Amino acid sequence: MRVAVIVFPGSNADIDLYNAVEDVMGVPVDYVWHSDTDLSQYDAILLPGGFSYGDYLRCGAVARFSPVMEQVVKAAEAGKLVMGICNGFQILTEVGLLPGVLLRNTSLKFRCKLSGLRVENNQTAFTRDYAAGEEIQIPIAHGEGNYYCDEETLEKLKAGNQIVFRYHGENPNGSLEDIAGICNEQGNVLGMMPHPERAVHTWMTSDDGRRMFTSILKTWREKSSVTTHA
Amino acid sequence: MFKAVVYVTLRESVLDPQGHAVKGALHTLGFDEVNNARIGKYMELTLDTTDRAQAEERVREMCEKLLANTVVEDYRFEIVEG
Repeated sequence: MRVAVIVFPGSNADIDLYNAVEDVMGVPVDYVWHSDTDLSQYDAILLPGGFSYGDYLRCGAVARFSPVMEQVVKAAEAGKLVMGICNGFQILTEVGLLPGVLLRNTSLKFRCKLSGLRVENNQTAFTRDYAAGEEIQIPIAHGEGNYYCDEETLEKLKAGNQIVFRYHGENPNGSLEDIAGICNEQGNVLGMMPHPERAVHTWMTSDDGRRMFTSILKTWREKSSVTTHA
Repeated sequence: MFKAVVYVTLRESVLDPQGHAVKGALHTLGFDEVNNARIGKYMELTLDTTDRAQAEERVREMCEKLLANTVVEDYRFEIVEG
C-alpha cells in the first residue's frame, strides 16, 4: 500500500499526517505537491490541515482548483480512499466530493483543544477499528469548522449513515447536529474537522486517532487480498 | 474596459456570527435602531473587454465557479464603465 499526503501552499499539518502514516501504518508514504497530476500509484490520498492559499476568499476555495485536485476527484470516483482533515475537509466540500460547507465558528473564536467525539458510524473504511458509539478524544484546531448543509442534504446524510463523527460534550463550533465528520454515499471519501494524526501516541495526550489509520490499512489489506484471489 | 463590482453575502437562512457580533457592538454604542447586520464581501474586478453582455456572462460564471459558494452564499454584481 502506498499513501499520498497532498501538500498545498499553506498546508501545515502535512508533516504530522506523514509521520502518523509512517508510525502507525508503517507503509510507504509520499508528499505530493499540489501541482502534480499523477496519483496513479497511490491507494489512499490524504488532504492535510492548514490554511491553503491563506484561506483567501473562503477556506479551500482556491486549493480546490489546484491541478492535483482533478486527480483526487478521479481517484475518489475510482473508489480509492480519500480523507480530508480540517482544511482538507473544507477543500473536499468545495470541490464537491462531500456535501455542505464549513462556516465560521459561531463563537468567532479559533478553537484549539482536545475534543470529545462519538463514533456514529464504525462501518466505514476509516472507522472499522472503533466500537459503535465509542467516545474518543481527538484534538481540534480551527476557526471555520461549523458544518452546515440544507435540510434535504442533512436527511440524506442521516439516511445514508454518512454522519461518521459527532462532537460529544461541548460542540466547539456550532456545527449542525454536532457534526464533526462525514463521508460520501459510497463511503470511500471522508472529511472531518478534528485531527486524528495529532492523537497517535500516548505522549500526545491521546492516541485515540491511531485506529483511523489502522482501519485504512485493514480496509486496503482486505480489498487487495480479494483482488489477488479473484 | 469595464469594471465588475461583486457583492457576496451569506444567505438569509444562514446564521451570520460576524453580523451578530457587529449588531451587538452597535447596540452597545447606542445604535439601537439596528435590528439586523449582515457581513459580506465586496470585490472589484477590472475586465479587459468591451462587450458588456459578454462581461456579464463571464462574471456570472466567475461567481458560480469561484467567487461565491452557492450552498450558503448569494451574489450580485454590477458592470460599470471602467
